[in-house]
Order: sequence, then C-alpha cells, then structure tokens
Amino acid sequence: MSGHSVEEIRRETRVYVLVFVALAVLTLVTVGVSYLHLSFGAAVGLALFIASIKGSLVAAFFMHLISERRLVYAVLILTVIFFVALILLPLGGYHDRLG
Amino acid sequence: MQIPYTVEPRPDTGLYNAKLGVWLFLASEVMLFGALFSALILLRTGATSWPHGYEVLNVPLATINTMVLITSSVSMVMSWAALRLGDFGKYRKWMGLTFLLGLVFMVIKTMEYAAKFEHHLYPSHDNFMATYFTLTGLHGLHVLGGMIVIAYLLGPGSKMWRTEPERYTNRVEVIGLYWHFVDLVWIFLFPTLYLL
Repeated sequence: MSGHSVEEIRRETRVYVLVFVALAVLTLVTVGVSYLHLSFGAAVGLALFIASIKGSLVAAFFMHLISERRLVYAVLILTVIFFVALILLPLGGYHDRLG
Repeated sequence: MQIPYTVEPRPDTGLYNAKLGVWLFLASEVMLFGALFSALILLRTGATSWPHGYEVLNVPLATINTMVLITSSVSMVMSWAALRLGDFGKYRKWMGLTFLLGLVFMVIKTMEYAAKFEHHLYPSHDNFMATYFTLTGLHGLHVLGGMIVIAYLLGPGSKMWRTEPERYTNRVEVIGLYWHFVDLVWIFLFPTLYLL
C-alpha cells in the first residue's frame, strides 16, 4: 500500500471521509429503528443487517480488504467458517428445545 | 541480526511479516469474541425472561461512544495516510486525536459502569448483566491495549520514523488494523446489547 502515488493516497482519504459519514448515518438509523419497537425477530434481523453493512464498510475501506493479498482472504474465509459454526451451534440447540 | 521482511513483502506470502501476523491474531480474536457472542445467544434463547437492553442500559451514552469509536477509526486511517505522504506532523495530530478519542470512549464507559454499580447492578445480578460486563469489559480492555500501543508509537517508538520510515509506517498500519477490528466488534456489540 505504501507504494501508492500521492494522488492515489489523497483519493483514498476522500473515500475514508465518505465511509465515516456513511457509518455515522447508519449508527443513527440503527438507533432510530430501535424506537420503532418492531417484533423481536424483525428487530434482530434489521439491527444485524445494518451492523453488517457498517462492519463491511470498516473491513473493506479502513482495513483495506477491498485490495488485499490472497493469503489474507484465505485466513479470513477459514475464520468466517468457524465463526458461523460457533454462532449456529446454540441456535441449533434452541430449535431442538422447541421440538 | 536484522529481522527479515519488516518492510518488503515475503515472496511466498506477498505480505510483510507483521501484517500476516496481525491478521492471524485478528482471526483468533474473531473466535474469542465469537465464543462470547455464542454464549450470549445460548443464554438468551434459553432464558424464560430477558430484559431489553434499552430498558436497563444507557442508549444515548452508548450512541455517543459509537460515534467516538467510528471517529477514532477514521482518524487512525488518516494518520496512516499522512505517514504515507511523508507528513509526520499531520500524522502526530491524527494519531493524537485517535488516542484522545480512545480515552473519551473509556471515560464514558467508566461513567456507564459507575451508574450500574450505583444501582447495585453487578455481573452477579443476572445473566444479562454478566454478559454485558463480560463483553463490554473485554472490549474495553482491547481499547486500553490499543491506546498503550498508540502512546508508544507517538512517544519512544516514534524515533523509528527517522531511521526506518517505511518500517514505522507499517507498524502504524498494523496497529490501525487492530484498532479498526476493535471498532468493528463494537459495531456489533452496540445493537446486540443496547438496542434489542
């Protein structure tokens, strides 16, 4: 990344500011939505959907995953697989208890 | 002996060593926080009653803290950009701001904790408070850890800029990746604990 031209770096900083504005707006949207008192399922779905967009923006631009080496993607794909398994395990147990 | 691949990428990985190192560390961090989120899901889906976060916790303060952390993420990435442009003065301003915002986050979190303790709400109160204190406490320790590294890079560690500027810039990139990860964890913690 440090080999980029001055113009490229300046363009990147403009993108960082736009991402910051998007994150701030999405934070207010998240809080605003919580006051609508939706059903629990809809509230969880919407909150996690907005958080995922925000998280993706941080990962893609601030952590520059949008242009990273293949090895980093390989490490992250493996991590995501184990993370999803970790999250689904208790949910599976919940459905078992429901019968 | 010179430590290899602190600046130039290793031919087999395509990355300088510290960058691969921090990504592997962050992968382990995903599993650490993932295990705690998993425990939260298990406890919440198994509970007969569970309070709404907004009834027990201070949403306005947490919203301010979310904004503080997002702002610190952008100031961190700006500090790295300033270094890549060779502007050390601007870097110090952005990195100093990042440190200050980390401090503001911790002060607000301390105020939040103090208010809970005043109402005799401790981790032992119920499963909700136990998960709240565990998750936010662990996250807070991560912010503190990041602040210590930032303070080192702004203080004694900054000497490296004069001797090995590229290596120093890479160090800033690596702490930046960690800092953004800590922000990313908060982005999920905030709605999960406070808003649902």
